[in-house]
Amino acid sequence: MKLATKAVLLVAALGLAACTNPNRFDNADAGALGPNAGGANAGFVPGSVDDPTSTAYFTQRVGDRVLFAVDQSTLSPEARTVLDGQAQWLLTNSDYLAIIEGHADEQGTREYNLALGARRANSVMEYLVSKGVPSSRLKFISYGKERPIEICSEESCYAKNRRAVTVISASSLTG
Amino acid sequence: MIHRFAAVLVAFTLALFPALSSAQPLRIEITEGVVEPMPFAVPTFVAETSEGAQYAEELSRVVADDLIGTGLFREIPRDAHISRVSSFAAPVQFADWKAINAQALITGAVSADASGRVVVKFRVWDVFAGTELGQGMQFASTSDGWRRLAHKVADQVYSRLTGESPYFDSRVVFVSETGPKNERQKRLAIMDYDGANVQYLTDSSSIVLAPRFSPDGSRVLYTSYETGFPRIHILSVGDVNSRILQSNEGVMSFAPRFSPDGSMVVYSLTQGSNTDIWAMDVASGATRRLTSGPAIETAPSFSPDGTQIVYESDQSGTQQLYIMPAMGGEGTRISFGEGRYGTPVWSPRGDMIAFTKQNAGRFHIGVMRTNGSEERLLTASFLDEGPTWAPNGRVIMFSRETQGAQGATALYSVDISGRNLKRVRTPAGASDPSWGPLQ
Repeated sequence: MKLATKAVLLVAALGLAACTNPNRFDNADAGALGPNAGGANAGFVPGSVDDPTSTAYFTQRVGDRVLFAVDQSTLSPEARTVLDGQAQWLLTNSDYLAIIEGHADEQGTREYNLALGARRANSVMEYLVSKGVPSSRLKFISYGKERPIEICSEESCYAKNRRAVTVISASSLTG
Repeated sequence: MIHRFAAVLVAFTLALFPALSSAQPLRIEITEGVVEPMPFAVPTFVAETSEGAQYAEELSRVVADDLIGTGLFREIPRDAHISRVSSFAAPVQFADWKAINAQALITGAVSADASGRVVVKFRVWDVFAGTELGQGMQFASTSDGWRRLAHKVADQVYSRLTGESPYFDSRVVFVSETGPKNERQKRLAIMDYDGANVQYLTDSSSIVLAPRFSPDGSRVLYTSYETGFPRIHILSVGDVNSRILQSNEGVMSFAPRFSPDGSMVVYSLTQGSNTDIWAMDVASGATRRLTSGPAIETAPSFSPDGTQIVYESDQSGTQQLYIMPAMGGEGTRISFGEGRYGTPVWSPRGDMIAFTKQNAGRFHIGVMRTNGSEERLLTASFLDEGPTWAPNGRVIMFSRETQGAQGATALYSVDISGRNLKRVRTPAGASDPSWGPLQ
């Protein structure tokens, strides 16, 4: 992981050095819209959220997570739309692996929530595979209720905690 | 890292008095009804050597606290005592103890020598009958084991006064928790049943969950994310060495528990969307699948005779409790009340199953007969879960988490009658207790 981090930083630094185009912000949107746009010449900072090949783009523009109803692992229409984008991104950026992390809200017993988080993550994984992403590039894990992102004990928080997050790992950079 | 308890405990009867055969021995019956706690007195134990003085006060205090903690006994404060006990051999002034309504009296003496050896001897008296209850005994240990000496004495007193097997000289392995809910740090820890002598078994570098003692207390099973995936580890309490028990890389395994003879482990394994129960022979590593449905089957727990396993499954649509043969096979549903039932644990006596119940937005710890009858909820709160039985099957410890952004975890214990709910003192937050055997 340390190697990967260093490599990403190095790429980012090179990108910054190459960014001398004064109109880069104008061009960034155009670049982001192109399906295969990338690199310093496109006018955005490689590795930034505007770089369609970046993990930041995946996380923020494609959307790295889908949410679930209470005690459910079925994918909503909204979730399928997000996952369609994830599948597209993964097929385009074929060097990356992904680990899908399943989570539950705190309203449940520890063991059951572990299994429920696994069900959710597996739903996502199966959907991505059905869209053509090779299963060899995907793994899933459940954190049950161990890693909430919102900490209030109300449905507004629970709804965000019942999630499956697709975490991109930069396998291409670690060789 | 862990200081191994090196005490040698020696128990023998002080046969100074002839055994008395009382027709109606002093006895507090543990029943379902409201119990009026039995009043007792524990004068500070007599220090028989100068080194013994430092232990006498604390040791007799722990004996009293053990008894008070059961909710079955009420201590008569020392400043109300009329008699002063200055010699272990001196005759008991029963009239003085009757006058303050002490039904039971515990006298003791402590000696210690320069080598660090501590010896405690004690007697239990039935004040109103004017007789000794059982016979005097003594226990010895190294100085760092003095609390165990106190628990040993209290165990004897408890047994003589209730007729039940005791539980004070036992330990609990649990998860120590610090930090806010979204950055919770978890460490495996072990402590005496009353929260004393906490020792940490892991650091907080990876999530650890749900430790379970082996029947003899020498090993602990737990789930750790050390490899990145939740996998079952087995730890030797003596040298704090641990290894991964379940060996399939990248596969989630969790919810382990030993068989009563310690040779097998039952656990959950997740494959795809399906979580099933498996069994593993600890020595050979050979595994066997016990459930095969598409539902979530988890939280297995053996009956004390090793022939059956109680577990939870959501095959009906929600979590419910089932019992199957230990070799696997069709499960028989035993929970039929409202709500969901999880984390079943078979009592050491074999007659009851403790569980977590979730209903109408509240969590409960409850018990039921093994056929599902006589369900009784012992607690209610925002989040109670994960019961574990005291070695004598009379008390249950569990985790409680409070509501909201500042929510914190703590351990509580409660009688199986639902009485005497109380918090177990721990240095930080705590969850997932597993109560070990009587030492």
